Parts: sequence; C-alpha cells; structure tokens
Amino acid sequence: MAILELRGLTKYFGKNLAVNGLDMVVGEGQIRGLIGPNGSGKTTVFNLISGFLRPSRGRVLWQGRDITHLPAHRIAKLGLARTFQLTALYKELTVLQNVVMCAHLHCQTNLWQQFRRDRKTRRKEQRTENRARELLEQMGLAAIAHERAGELPHGHAAALGIANALATEPRMILLDEPVGGMNPTETAETMARIRAVRDSGVTLLLVEHDMNAVISTCDEITCINFGNKIGEGPPGAVCGKPEVVKAYLGEDVGECFL
Amino acid sequence: MRSINYKQAVVLGTLPVILVCAPFAISGYKVDLLTNLLINIILVSSFRLITTTGGWSLAHIPMMGCGAYATALLAGQLHVPFLIALPLASLCAGLVGLAISYPLGRTKGFAFFVASFAAGEAIRLCWIRFKFPFGGHRGLSVPPPAIIDNVGWLDFAEARPYYFLALAVTLICLAIMYRLDRSRIGNTFRAIESQENLARSAGINVTGYKMLAFSLGSFFAGTAGVLLAHRLWAIEPHQFSFTTALYLLVWVVFGGAHTFWGPIWGVVTLTFLSELLRPLAEWVPMIFGAIIIVTLIFQPDGLEGLPRRLRQMK
Repeated sequence: MAILELRGLTKYFGKNLAVNGLDMVVGEGQIRGLIGPNGSGKTTVFNLISGFLRPSRGRVLWQGRDITHLPAHRIAKLGLARTFQLTALYKELTVLQNVVMCAHLHCQTNLWQQFRRDRKTRRKEQRTENRARELLEQMGLAAIAHERAGELPHGHAAALGIANALATEPRMILLDEPVGGMNPTETAETMARIRAVRDSGVTLLLVEHDMNAVISTCDEITCINFGNKIGEGPPGAVCGKPEVVKAYLGEDVGECFL
Repeated sequence: MRSINYKQAVVLGTLPVILVCAPFAISGYKVDLLTNLLINIILVSSFRLITTTGGWSLAHIPMMGCGAYATALLAGQLHVPFLIALPLASLCAGLVGLAISYPLGRTKGFAFFVASFAAGEAIRLCWIRFKFPFGGHRGLSVPPPAIIDNVGWLDFAEARPYYFLALAVTLICLAIMYRLDRSRIGNTFRAIESQENLARSAGINVTGYKMLAFSLGSFFAGTAGVLLAHRLWAIEPHQFSFTTALYLLVWVVFGGAHTFWGPIWGVVTLTFLSELLRPLAEWVPMIFGAIIIVTLIFQPDGLEGLPRRLRQMK
C-alpha cells in the first residue's frame, strides 16, 4: 500500500525548473533511496514533501490524503518527520533535552497546563522524558544523554538527528544525507540503525550520495537528474541503467564505462 | 525540593528588606527614580520574553505606549477604577501586539528589526494624527490611581505609596514571566530561536509561538506603560519615541539576554550609573554609547556572562 505518493510534482525557482513533473510512489515499510547528482533537485523534493516549500504544480498525497498545501508543522503532526542535511540540532541543549523538545506533539498539554505545571502535567512531562530515554537507548545514545548536542562527534549527532525525528512518533521519516561526511565505520553503524528503524515499522525515504550505503540498504531507488526521473526500481537494476550512469559520470565516460 | 545555597539565602533575605526600607531612607524625588526603575525592569523583562524567540523588536516602546494610552482613555476619560484599568489596558497592548505580530511573525532577523520599527512608528504616528481620542502632540492627562479614597497612606498621588503599588505589580509580573521562562513554553521559544526548521518539523507551530511571545511581551510592556502613565499624570507621543527604544536596547545588550536576570542587572546597573553621572548629564548618552561598544567587543554576553568569565580566569 502506498504511504506517500507524488503526482506530477513541479517546482520552479524563478525561471529555473528544479523539479519537473515527478511521479513517485513509496510503499509502506520500505526504505526508498532518492539519488541523483549534485543539484539534481533531491533536497527540493524533500522540502516540497515536508511543507517547507510550496510546489508550483502537482500534488503530494499522504496515505491518500492531499497534504500539498499544509504548513510544515501540520505535516509533522500527521506522522511525516524529516531530518536535515548536516543534522540540525538544538546545539545548546543536552542530548536528552533535544529529544524531549522534539516530542512536543506527544506531550498532550495545552499552554495553560504548561504554564501552571500541576501534578498531572508534570506526570505527562515525566512520561515524555521516559519515552525520550527509551529512544536514546534504542539509538545507542543513552550513555551521553547529558552531553551538549553541539559538542557531539558526527556519528552521534546523526543518530541524535534520527532520534529527534523518531520522537515525533512518525509513520515515515525523510532522511536528508544521513551519512554525509562520515567515515566507513560510522556509515555502517548509521545504516544498521536505519534498518532497525524500518524493522520497527517506520517507512524511510533517504537522500544520499554514498552509493555503497544506498545499494546495501535501500529496497528501491529513484534516481533523478535536473528534476526529471531517470530511473526507478531495485538498486541493482537502477544503477546499471545507462541514463543513470551517464548522469553520474557524464556522456563520454558513460560510454566507455559501458 | 530544590535546595538553596548560602549565597542565595543571603540575597533572598536582604533584597526584600532593601526594597521595603529604601523609599523611607531617601527623598521623594529619588523614590520616583526607584519607581521608574521598577517600571523599566518590567519593560526589559517583557522585552527579553520576545527576544527568546529570536527577534529584537523595535516596537516595544510603542507597545508600552499602547498600555499608557489605553489607561489614559479608560481611567482618564471613562473613569474606570485603576485596578480594573491596569489589566484591561495591558490586555489592549497585548491585543495590539497580537495584531502586529501576525505580519511580524513572518519576518526574520534584520527584516523583523526593520518591520517592527515601522510598525511601532505607525502606531506612534496614529497617536499624533488622531487628535480625537489621542490628543495629538499634547497627549492626554491621566489621573493618579485611587484605590480606596481618603486614607492618607494609600494616597497614590504621593511618591512612596505609589512606589509600593509599583513594587507589587512588578513582583507579580516578574513572577509570571519567570514561570513562563522556566516552563515548556519558554523552552519552546528557545528551541525556535535555536533551530527554527527543526522546531517546525517537530510539529511546533513556529509562527504561532512567535505571535504568542510577541503578544505576551506586549502585554507586560503595556503593564509598564500603565504604571508609567499613572505616575507621570500625563502622556505624550514623544515619550515613546525611538530614543527611548535605544535606551531599552542598551540596557538589554549591557545586561545580556540569555538569562532571565541579565536584562534586569543591565537596567539596574545603568540606572544607578546614570544617577552617579548626573553632574555630567549631557555626556550620559555618549557614555552609554561607549559602554555599548565596549560591551559588544569585550563582553558580548553582557553582564550575565561576567561571573562565569571571572571563574574561568582564576
């Protein structure tokens, strides 16, 4: 069953066509990779899906419902979370506080209760914190729960980024370059975590440059170039496609390569 | 319960004594200065409330003016009793804040700075342009508050009783703002300043929270305006001009805006300093300018960062 569907998604920046009529269907429970050379419009697609940008044309369907014109925080509420390139974190907060802050939606307290902090509210806040601790345990961050997020090494910061997304209790997460700038060990660890997240029932869509990581982790791949879809299917099949090779390596080299 | 250490106990013990005894040890004129300081303390704290979401508003002084004008109309023209006019006028300022925060909440950084200045000036020009009901350049008169008639020590036209009235209002306002700052709401404000996009993707209605911070800040600025108006007995648009906003910025930059107490330290220190420099009155703006430059270069965190820095130097 499709959890996310893009229909003819198009985005112009001024006269530049960043995404051109992109159709894509992401099935529930899979890890989908979105690949393409630099500047091919991958992050734009993410921003269009998550409500940070408005598409010029086309629609985004979430579990069959049109979410194209919803603001970002409403889309997050529906269970579609995202991470950011170079991992955006609340740098001056601790690891635990980061996750607690991102569990905002599930605190279930209104402003007046948050101001008064009566016993019931404090119990709810305690519950949120316990849930955050569980998440840290799951992501292997429990030991550093009280370190400041701004001082974490790259691997831990990425894990915290995913934990932050999980804290919103999503059905699906968009991961923007989860292993960007990581060494092979960190990459392997992060990819294992991503598979564990998938196994817990969350659908994932990830943008990534590290082809080994993509091929070894994703169930299906969509490749785009200059905003056009040039290939889709299982990793092995997509990477062998002449158009894809050409897009990555250039016309001439592509021919030699084949 | 949180344990209180020795140093805090000394401060918590002596501060109330000073606050209560001070007005009896000094002349009436100086009591008025203290009252003014209390009003400015509400002002800087409410200003900091807005800065926690990341925007430095130049509309804050006009917001204070909204409270002052509202009470001038309510208490002065409609004869509403002070204790009712105070929250009502604050609410008026809060509502004006809510209205202008709708467009302002969509701007960021420098754009917010400029847009808030424009919004504030627009409000101020309304007071000048509309002679009815705002009285144009000459402004409006405000009666001294009468809570219970014909009791000597409750005559709020006098400096000392008014000081205690202002003190009570200030403490209530500070308590509410402190609570707010420490609650999840305050954390959310800071989260928005820190990483707006992450907050958005965690389901936080960023624009909504920015509007909330701006309206609450305007509400308390309005309270400060009410207290000011009832002490001065008259208000005019010129009092709420850009120059006053600059002083506000100086206080907050000098004190530092990261902690709740920073701006309060700033306004207290600089008020006493300008009192000491009274013989050099013409030079005070220049000295303040120098203080700001020196602060920004050598101590960008403001006064509040000093203790930590001194500890590190040891």
